[in-house]
Amino acid sequence: MSARDDILAALRVGAANRRASASASTSDPVLPARATGAAIALRDRFVEMALFAGASVGSAVAAGIPAAISAYLSKERLGDRVVLAPEPALVSLPWRSAPRLEVRTGVPGPEDRVSVTAAIAGAAETGSLLVSSGSRTANAAHVLCETHIAVLPAGDIVGGYEAALSRLRGDGGAMPRAATFITGPSRTADIEKTPQIGVHGPKRLHILLVNE
Amino acid sequence: MNSAARGFPERAAAALADPVLGAALDKLQGEFRRDRGAMLSRMPEFEALRDRAMTVRNYALADMDGLLEQFERNVIATGGTVHWCRDAEEARATVTRLCREADAKTAVKSKSMLSEEIALNDALVDAGIEPVETDLGEYILQLRRETPSHIVMPAIHLNAGQIGDAFRKSHSDRDSGRDLSNADALLAEARATLRRRFLDADVGITGANALIAETGSILLVTNEGNADLVHTLPKTHIAVVGIEKVLPTLSDAMAVVRVLARSATAQEITSYTTLVSGPARTDEADGPRAFHVVLVDNGRSKMLAGPYADALRCIRCGACQSLCPVYGAIGGHAYDAVYAGPIGAVLTPALGGLERAPHLPQASSFCGQCEDVCPVRVPLPALMRRLREDSFRRPDIAVAGRRLTRFWSWAARRPALYRPGLRLGLAMLRLLGAHRGAIRSLPFISGWTGARDFPVPEGGSFVEKWHASGREPKR
Repeated sequence: MSARDDILAALRVGAANRRASASASTSDPVLPARATGAAIALRDRFVEMALFAGASVGSAVAAGIPAAISAYLSKERLGDRVVLAPEPALVSLPWRSAPRLEVRTGVPGPEDRVSVTAAIAGAAETGSLLVSSGSRTANAAHVLCETHIAVLPAGDIVGGYEAALSRLRGDGGAMPRAATFITGPSRTADIEKTPQIGVHGPKRLHILLVNE
Repeated sequence: MNSAARGFPERAAAALADPVLGAALDKLQGEFRRDRGAMLSRMPEFEALRDRAMTVRNYALADMDGLLEQFERNVIATGGTVHWCRDAEEARATVTRLCREADAKTAVKSKSMLSEEIALNDALVDAGIEPVETDLGEYILQLRRETPSHIVMPAIHLNAGQIGDAFRKSHSDRDSGRDLSNADALLAEARATLRRRFLDADVGITGANALIAETGSILLVTNEGNADLVHTLPKTHIAVVGIEKVLPTLSDAMAVVRVLARSATAQEITSYTTLVSGPARTDEADGPRAFHVVLVDNGRSKMLAGPYADALRCIRCGACQSLCPVYGAIGGHAYDAVYAGPIGAVLTPALGGLERAPHLPQASSFCGQCEDVCPVRVPLPALMRRLREDSFRRPDIAVAGRRLTRFWSWAARRPALYRPGLRLGLAMLRLLGAHRGAIRSLPFISGWTGARDFPVPEGGSFVEKWHASGREPKR
């Protein structure tokens, strides 16, 4: 017998009894109260929890996003160069309105210091962004650069993780290769349990909410 | 490992005498208690989230065979491959073969307890493939040739000075006069060193925190973001996973996510919680060309059919280690097992055989904090108690006090003999302790009294007190 057959056969020993005693599988989630509420409350909670996780949060109307990015970079002294994920929603923004910004479109490499990507949803329960890889957005854009700026339409803030995942795949649709809930910057406590920011991923996560 | 030559009692004694370890463990457990309290006050529904996570893990274990088949179908549908391995040897051979087929010289790895369990790194080295651990703690341990001493804080037993020494010795191309005296300098050097390794690696090896049957996805959680670089930059991604990790749906995986980081580090969620489904699509901007999931049994299917199946619910958060008074006194290495602490005291004998870890189920005060804190309510004290019963019945396993316990058991079932015997014994103990108020040594249990005083008994036996109270036992 193959290893597969052996393992499956072993797992079937006593399986009927286990199935009889375990409760039936159900996909109805148990949500904390924090993951429920009206849109305006969810937005406030998203911002509160994202800040708690160590992200920074700004907001602008769509046409003001390039200027908001430029202002953030100069305030934090992070230079003027960004690598932009070529999503239509990002490329179509009025980048000429921020003349100091040097925008390259494409996949980030080791020399790039700031990436700008579009997030799919925000989960208010922990201030988490849901991002995904795809034909336009390289997954490296979420983890390779020292600074990650994520642009999220305020209307895409939902309560819990399940609702965010529904935005990603619709009703039972296919998953992208990589989908990540990002909550604050990269961190560790591996050296003497000292909290430290920026191990392998971004040292800074800046969330720009797009107001309608 | 040298410590394997000695027994658990000797390793525990050595650990108790180590002041660096003692300070580290005090800090770990003190801060965990404090931070977990703060987490609970932020999340009033935590008990309901634990119940949900336990229910999910239970129905997933009950359906493991069908769920694994469904998972396999969906991995294939996304363009990936599933490999089944009965034991550690098959798993090592499979991963090594996949690395060879990818012409790999180096493999970057994110933290995986399963890869520790199957001693994967040794097999890769033997095959001429250099494994590079990228979780900061695991990287430090790899440089020092050590094993993790805690499930989620693997290098908790080390201080910054020891880490600096390891960096100085291993990163020999750097300026020898550089300052490595603080955590920030160590972190900057690790980031720069490992960044090059990420970019050069041929294969990325991860574990998985869950397998999701409905989508063929694997769940990866990290705080550092290293797993995301591991599964994104190299051309081949291999995930090595225990079969018990399978869950039916994404919603079930989120139930586990809601308790995992809260129990591991008292965080709301880890910085990166990722679902990986297959290799890069044909039009994808980056990502690996090949995606392999190596499913490993290594004792799990047998355990599922036996009395220790509840421990398969474990989601590897390490909370039982972070609160256990025994772990807090001796640390993880004294257990000389991949999984230390209360969960290790159950998993190690349940997966690998009691004869390989006879002392571990004895290493508990049965205070019950491990069960109180477990996010999936594994009844760890009951499982350890059952392992003790198993040990007692097995003549090949040395159990301290077995003859004394047998004698007590024989006598206790003969009240006409036991009661006068007990009265005589209590009188003798009172006599022995009359001067000091405590008894410093006793025959038959000199090992126990070697480190403790035996209290002088006060009053009579329980049965005498019961009768004196005028109550009758309930029938």
